[in-house]
Amino acid sequence: MIALLPRRGLAQILALIVILAVDRVVSPQFFDLRLQDGRLFGSLIDVLNRGTPVALLSLGMVLVIATRGIDLSVGAVMAICGAIAASLADSHGLPVVLAAALGAGLVCGLWNGFLVAVLGMQPIVATLILMVAGRGIAQLITEGRIVTFSSPDLVWLGNGSVLGLPVPVVIALGMLILTGAVVRGSALGLLIEATGGNARASELAGVGTRAMILAVYVWCGVCAALAGVIAAADIMGADANNAGLWLELDAILAVVIGGTSLFGGRFSLVLAVLGALIIQTMNTGILLSGYPPEFNLLVKAVVVLAVLLLQSPKFSGLAGIAARLRRTKA
Amino acid sequence: MEISSDPASPLLEVRGISKSFGAVRALQEVDFTLRAGEIHALLGENGAGKSTLIKVVTGVFARDAGIVRISGEEVAPRSAKAALGAGIATVYQEVNLLPNLSVAQNLFLDRQPMRFGIVREGEMRRRAKALLADFGLDIDVAAPLGNYSVAIQHVTAIARAMDLSARVLILDEPTASLDRHEVEILFGIMRKLAGRGIGIVFVSHFLDQVYEISDRITVLRNGRLVGERETASLPRLELIRMMLGRELAETTSARASATEHEAREICASFEGYGKAGYVAPFNLELRHGEVVGLAGLLGSGRTETARLVFGAERADRGQAKVGGAPVRLQTPRDGVRHGFGYCPEERKTDGIVAELSVRENIVLALQAKRGLHRPLSRREQDEIARRYVKMLDIRPPDPERPVGLLSGGNQQKVLLARWLATSPRLLVLDEPTRGIDVGAHAEIIRLIRELCDDGLSLLVISSELDEIVTYSDRVVVLRDRAHVEELAGGAIDVGNILAAIAADGAATAHEGRA
Repeated sequence: MIALLPRRGLAQILALIVILAVDRVVSPQFFDLRLQDGRLFGSLIDVLNRGTPVALLSLGMVLVIATRGIDLSVGAVMAICGAIAASLADSHGLPVVLAAALGAGLVCGLWNGFLVAVLGMQPIVATLILMVAGRGIAQLITEGRIVTFSSPDLVWLGNGSVLGLPVPVVIALGMLILTGAVVRGSALGLLIEATGGNARASELAGVGTRAMILAVYVWCGVCAALAGVIAAADIMGADANNAGLWLELDAILAVVIGGTSLFGGRFSLVLAVLGALIIQTMNTGILLSGYPPEFNLLVKAVVVLAVLLLQSPKFSGLAGIAARLRRTKA
Repeated sequence: MEISSDPASPLLEVRGISKSFGAVRALQEVDFTLRAGEIHALLGENGAGKSTLIKVVTGVFARDAGIVRISGEEVAPRSAKAALGAGIATVYQEVNLLPNLSVAQNLFLDRQPMRFGIVREGEMRRRAKALLADFGLDIDVAAPLGNYSVAIQHVTAIARAMDLSARVLILDEPTASLDRHEVEILFGIMRKLAGRGIGIVFVSHFLDQVYEISDRITVLRNGRLVGERETASLPRLELIRMMLGRELAETTSARASATEHEAREICASFEGYGKAGYVAPFNLELRHGEVVGLAGLLGSGRTETARLVFGAERADRGQAKVGGAPVRLQTPRDGVRHGFGYCPEERKTDGIVAELSVRENIVLALQAKRGLHRPLSRREQDEIARRYVKMLDIRPPDPERPVGLLSGGNQQKVLLARWLATSPRLLVLDEPTRGIDVGAHAEIIRLIRELCDDGLSLLVISSELDEIVTYSDRVVVLRDRAHVEELAGGAIDVGNILAAIAADGAATAHEGRA
């Protein structure tokens, strides 16, 4: 497994390098970094900072997808939790704001997990419910307005810096480490992969597959909540209509680019986050190039196709084909 | 459907076929000859090259060298569909049909009778019914194929192939999941087709069936042709020697006497245990160091009993006790917690996690038992995997290989290892030797005995009565979802079991312990 990791991540790392090189061509200052007021600035930092919401979403999404599920509601959960945070920010302290927002994300995750794990609904349908309803809930919270706030604590969460790095980036890094420690430090990782690989067999082996599934949706909700808070803090307000809009698709894309199959099983947290960074590096590059934003979607599609082709066994040379044949034979 | 061809010239001629996968030479200059109207058994251990040969002939794999002729004409199909066009049809062990579509739709998939671009459902059903009637099957063709038994699915697949005017029919382990009665039906159909001049290639692990049905036998070993013989003039021992290339150890039973077992400690007991509409209430005592066999036809309630005992299914009446204390067995987790293990019949869907490694598959149940917060370290996992790979001789001996790439016999050993790693007190094995080659078969049976000698209690289901007789201390016979007879000691023989299975309901309603 460990020996396989570099090979598994090769396509993603290659893709990132190529995109970075292209970015360098369209924007010669791309790799420039400067320190100002104890904080780093530059396009690379911008990529990390802007990529944070999708990176956070992909951390939850990759676990859900590993169990052979999917969570379409994460964008809506971002909106709900952003709205809650914005509404409470000027009247309560940061701990209360965070607890309320993350708590709401947890409840959203529980709801999804309940529908999928306990009622046995198909994940895509089950989470569609909250995807639709969630945005409505968020609008009810903001009463249809864009709620702004000026609480310096919450603003710091979106715009402050720690050790020269933007706070959102530090939070995302922390969440990656925390998720990794929980998932790989306990037996969770193995049991999630087993559940996604073959739920029936895992159940018969004594794995609590329902608990596994419930847990990953809850975690996905919490990650989405955090992304929502950061997105709100970033713009110092909550826009129920647009916060996190379509980001569930970027998150799914990030996971897929990271090499985790939608059929569940093997997953990689690091590669999913790398996938999120690849997406953001593209976005930033196109923005810097001065091409119209419409161009963005097309380029994104082409790059995604390229990364997936690189991962496809049929395209990874003769060795890949031979390996596949051996597999078929066995 | 009569086929007029010169009986002297072979229907299917394979000459000098070679095929390598990387450095592995799967087939080396193999010849195979199938005559019209002949049932020809293709035998060999797993890895002998049977599957590869079939796949090369049917165009699934490209061949490196050699030629294939049909009725003297050279063919080189590049896909299974092209092979069908050339007259070669294959029905695999796992039937390649669509269980969610109706029987009729499966039969006419890709070629439904149409009128004005609309499928003529009525016409299709009528033709499907007529087609199946030819095979002695009278079923509702509008029902989903998945609702029917594997036997009917096989017959459907064969009927489809025949309707596509195949002249060569390849049956890859067709009887592996059929009970005796269903095998008879299939053999009837095979004989009928052979009578019409169809050439049938029969791949099977069941030597009894090979002797019953085949006219000729071709044996492969390690990718090479060992020989082709007339079935009638090939003694069984000679055949096994051809397949294994070595003498088989004696496989007679030497179970201790029944009285000795009465004295053994009770491991788990079930009183009036059952579930409405699933299996009738039964009493069952399982002792340490004892093998209890479950015999009966497919659908008689064997697997159902096993699932109730393990906790994969909830009983709605009766009491289960472990070591004398009443316990609740409602989920597999309960079973695992009480030290039970269960190797299910369907290895691929219910047993292995194909994508995960041998190591991960082996530690899965133990890890689930220990819980999330007590993860086995990588070193512990490696240790456990290495121990069982060695102990059970799992091949290839690479704990990091995805288990889906292993052969059926080795996958079964991985499942056994998974449960042995949990140090169970009771192991429930559902058809542990199904679809496994002769060598691994004997090994699994040897293992069952060794485990039993170590004090483990075993509940084993098998369709092979010889096998059950070999290792069981007691045999419970089931019929129509009820336990109808219990045989012990000297009373255990194939004849008695068959008599109990075949007996008329009222005659054996008593619980007999001979």
